[in-house]
Amino acid sequence: MNLTRRTFLTASASAAVAAFFGSQQAFASLEDLNKALNDYTGGAEPGEGPLTLTTPEIAENGNSVPVSVLVESPMTEDDHVESVMILAEGNPLPDVATFHFSSMSGEAKASTRMRLAKTQNVVAVAKMSNGDFYKVSNNVKVTIGGCGG
Amino acid sequence: MHTRRDFLQFAAVAACLNGVAGFSPRASAQQQLTQDDLLAFNAKGKLTLLHLTDLHAQLKPLYFRPPSENIGVGDYAGIPPHLVGEDFLKHFGLERGSALAYAHTMVDYVDMARAYGRLGGLDRTATLVNAIRAERGDSNVLLLDGGDTWQGSYTALKTNAQDMVDCMALLKPAAMVGHWEFTLGTDRVEEIIDSLDYPFLASNIVDNDWEEPVFESTSIVQAGDTTVAIIGQAMPYTPIANPRWMFPQWSFGLRLEALQANVDAAREQGAEVVVLLSHNGFDVDRKLASEVSGIDVILTGHTHDAIPQAINVGNTLILASGSHGKYLGRVDLEVKNGKVTDHSSNLIPVFSDVIEPDKQMADKINEVRAPYQPELDRVIGKTDSLLYRRGNFNGTWDDLICQGMMEERDAELSFSPGFRWGTTLLPGDNITIDDLYTQTAMSYPQVYRLEFTGERIKEILEDVCDNLFNPDPFFQQGGDMVRVGGMGYSCAPEAAMGSRINNMTLLATGEPIDPNKSYVVAGWASVNEDVEGPAIYDLMENYIGKQDIIKVEPNQSVKFTG
Repeated sequence: MNLTRRTFLTASASAAVAAFFGSQQAFASLEDLNKALNDYTGGAEPGEGPLTLTTPEIAENGNSVPVSVLVESPMTEDDHVESVMILAEGNPLPDVATFHFSSMSGEAKASTRMRLAKTQNVVAVAKMSNGDFYKVSNNVKVTIGGCGG
Repeated sequence: MHTRRDFLQFAAVAACLNGVAGFSPRASAQQQLTQDDLLAFNAKGKLTLLHLTDLHAQLKPLYFRPPSENIGVGDYAGIPPHLVGEDFLKHFGLERGSALAYAHTMVDYVDMARAYGRLGGLDRTATLVNAIRAERGDSNVLLLDGGDTWQGSYTALKTNAQDMVDCMALLKPAAMVGHWEFTLGTDRVEEIIDSLDYPFLASNIVDNDWEEPVFESTSIVQAGDTTVAIIGQAMPYTPIANPRWMFPQWSFGLRLEALQANVDAAREQGAEVVVLLSHNGFDVDRKLASEVSGIDVILTGHTHDAIPQAINVGNTLILASGSHGKYLGRVDLEVKNGKVTDHSSNLIPVFSDVIEPDKQMADKINEVRAPYQPELDRVIGKTDSLLYRRGNFNGTWDDLICQGMMEERDAELSFSPGFRWGTTLLPGDNITIDDLYTQTAMSYPQVYRLEFTGERIKEILEDVCDNLFNPDPFFQQGGDMVRVGGMGYSCAPEAAMGSRINNMTLLATGEPIDPNKSYVVAGWASVNEDVEGPAIYDLMENYIGKQDIIKVEPNQSVKFTG
């Protein structure tokens, strides 16, 4: 994925309410993750959809892992992406960020960086204006490094 | 593949191994082998791609023992390149004792090495390249450098790779890619690239601030009447396998979306043939070939695999041309109406004794080595044992290095990284500074001395093991298992991460490694910044100098469980 400066600005502008959480004590349980997901979807079961989550296969630096999301959408008043939430299921607090969009956003595309405490699944959930939810998940490996031939 | 040439070589060498009196094995083996034999090729079409990869700065002919283990996991088990020894011979129909059996396997290695001599030498490679250019027409031949070219020797270390840059320039490559190149640091890499007459390509490196491409991804060239796109792929995990602080602004990764976009763009610009010049490693490229469409040929490097002919994955050919200058890879393509319609491929083993060195290259090699010649030739010891590096779990060179680190740094255990570069010495050989640096020459050579708990040691081993044996090739980084001195363990490659490494035992006492106890560990090539300690090459020069003669017993301390 080739992110341009324009994309980055779009993301910054869209991400008016991006919430970041630093590393704290214990790791999140699956329960915490499901609760965050449920609070977001209001209990609706997310399906598959035109949502792309881009993460590295292996993190180069666990303290700053690039993550970007893209939802294919006409982004009209009637049919647009309202928000995309990113969750990290193995972090002390699973919420990474929520990006909010409107029909004025042009495209539903955003990127940021997150800290990953260990190898884990990163989950993105998109909320559509018609009430549908899409979900996708990528595994990101956090490794000790070294010893490469 | 079974040619008359192989049969003749087999007959000759079989005779000498049986000890016919008054018969020089070296002379007899080589009487059967000529430069013309090596160049014999079933030419197709007009376009020829030549692939030289993972040279690791080896300008002179060398011995390089192929591995005894090269385990593949999951869908990749038991298929090339995960075949060694007799299995390799059987799969490719090679006769034991033939020249190709010697080049590709460790079967009868020492006898074969004495019979057939050294492989490689960039002056020999230059002769082959020139001959093929003369045969096919200069403009129809593209020579591509797969990277790991600028690191791995005393002179490359001392000249910051200028020796390699100057020698490679004579071969006139059409493009190159990188991996160990980046361990020269950002400034030097940029300085060299500015001086090159050919592009340094990377479709998969972006800058850390804006995620914009750092290097050109693609070079579109006219080769005769064929338009060829060359797309470059750097080693995707360079910032993980090597010190990220040496090139902090650059982010790597596989970046398949970018690659697909670059392939599509090349086709739109009229490329009839799309070549991926890759430092991904073989299994990564095998999987990549089924996920990215529109690539005709992948010239793959990094994992140092040598496969006699290209392998087909769908409509993509993958050629793996070995390492250390042992082979020159060749692919001929017939192109009609903008499509590849036929092909032929081969790895040409560079038998140094039967190829006339190219004078211009030989002179240049002598010139770059001359200022260092007395030091290169300085003998620091002698070995009674075969010293080699390759193998999934250990090799005798690393056994020696592990022992040296424990003794010189007074450590209970030692770690030596699972590098795949480094040449081979035969029993009875002197060990020179030149030889030592083929195992150790790199830009972060400090030998640390730290305390690790047993639990941490297990974590490190599991982590490295997963880099090697993850069933998904996209998570493999391409080296071998970290070598461990002072400790035995068992390894189950097919098991899940976290449960592959078992039975960790302190060899000195026979006691199990205690997860809660701390052990003093010496190791080298840490990817961390500000590591303190002597350089591995200085430490090993001291250690080897203290031994009367080097003897390395077979290593029984790692048990491989299926």
